[in-house]
Amino acid sequence: MDDENAYQSLAAAGGDARWAFGTGFEDPLHGVDDAFPAGLDEAARADLATRCVTLGDDALVSAQRLAEWCTRAPELEVETALANIGLDLLGQARLLYSRAGRADGTGRGEDDFAYLRGPEEFRNVRLAELPNGDFAFSVARLLVLSSWRLGELAGLTSSPDPVLAAVAAKAVPELAYHREYAAGWAVRLGDGTEESRARMGRALGEVAPWLPELYAAAPAGREPVEEALALVASETGLAVPGAAPVPGSGRDGDHTGHLAPLLAELQSVARAHPGAVW
Amino acid sequence: MSGADGTAGRTAADGTAGRTRAAEETAGLAGAAGAAGDAAERAAERAREVVSRVVDPELPMLTLADLGVVRGVEADAAGAVTVSLTPTYSGCPALAEMRATVDARLREAGFADVRVRTVLDPPWTTDWITPAGRRALAEHGIAPPGPRPPGRGPVPLTLGPVRRAVPCPRCGSRATEEVARFSGTACRALRRCAECREPFEHLKEI
Repeated sequence: MDDENAYQSLAAAGGDARWAFGTGFEDPLHGVDDAFPAGLDEAARADLATRCVTLGDDALVSAQRLAEWCTRAPELEVETALANIGLDLLGQARLLYSRAGRADGTGRGEDDFAYLRGPEEFRNVRLAELPNGDFAFSVARLLVLSSWRLGELAGLTSSPDPVLAAVAAKAVPELAYHREYAAGWAVRLGDGTEESRARMGRALGEVAPWLPELYAAAPAGREPVEEALALVASETGLAVPGAAPVPGSGRDGDHTGHLAPLLAELQSVARAHPGAVW
Repeated sequence: MSGADGTAGRTAADGTAGRTRAAEETAGLAGAAGAAGDAAERAAERAREVVSRVVDPELPMLTLADLGVVRGVEADAAGAVTVSLTPTYSGCPALAEMRATVDARLREAGFADVRVRTVLDPPWTTDWITPAGRRALAEHGIAPPGPRPPGRGPVPLTLGPVRRAVPCPRCGSRATEEVARFSGTACRALRRCAECREPFEHLKEI
């Protein structure tokens, strides 16, 4: 590599060596045996595609919110951590979108799902799209979403689709680490100063109205969420207050007004320069 | 490198079988099958040698074999090579780089027909890092991962002040503490030694 100008030498490289930037990446499932088991009929493949898109949407939208903490987090280490957690989720989303495009028979790739759908076509749960708000809210949300996703994906490690099962098996230890990170901060803030404790308590209250949507979308995620919140409560005395659920569900395409601006930013380059590679 | 050893005898597996048959027909001699098998085995041996020297782009003290991401290197009599790699983390950007480097090194070594497959199952964990890889990490100041918790399912969430005893790779002291859960890459955490006062990275168990 040319030490004088790293970008120039990256641009000079061809194919996969240009991994550091740009579009036109190789399909993340490149080289993976993508046959469907004989028992998986058309209806089952359609269900599989829906499942992969919803899980991919949750991950992509969460990754985008986590990336927004770069340059804004309370500590440098927190930025690194949140960006790395977002990267894990982005990796999961890429694999899931690729699988969805095969399962639904359209052959759509990861970019089609991430960049070329409008907000009404996204199926992520609404908790994922809410603005980052206070750091304590982002911590509470990460704790809830990582525990919930862990519960659902742990069940999917025995999916009849071998690719989804493999993606899930890879994701489980990653999510367990994300959950542990979030729980550590929830306790640190909840058990910290008067100010941090008040903010952590408020954050748990802000998460509460969105929990029923999660439990309806993936019941397997309920127990891990309740277990994580109970543990935080036992360490800090901060419990999640009861709250009336917000009607609707992101799984049906109902979204808050926050999703459209998030996607507008995420998709701006891909939409301004369709199919561009560089 | 358990993957490569385990597949040493399977030189004509799946996609490469057709090419091997074609090579046998071209030879058109009695005993060609045996000769083709030998040629395939020699090609696989040489390809394995080339692949085993490729280093990880993020942890250059480790070869891909040390890291445990090479799940197989196979070849047919015509010299077509199939390498199976597995990613470490779902979002690890280094996989594309590894794939490109493996492809480039094999082509430099004279293999014209190279295919790099991705294998997702069984998922990579730090348990796949070889003893030689662990030694290389420690020699370069990175504390190697300990054994990971058993079971593939979700482990119950626990919260405690100190859960991992990670000896300092410089002085060996066990009096170390975690500074940050994530370091320069997703796979490393940052720690500090209370004895020699040096900070160091720890390749965390996953």
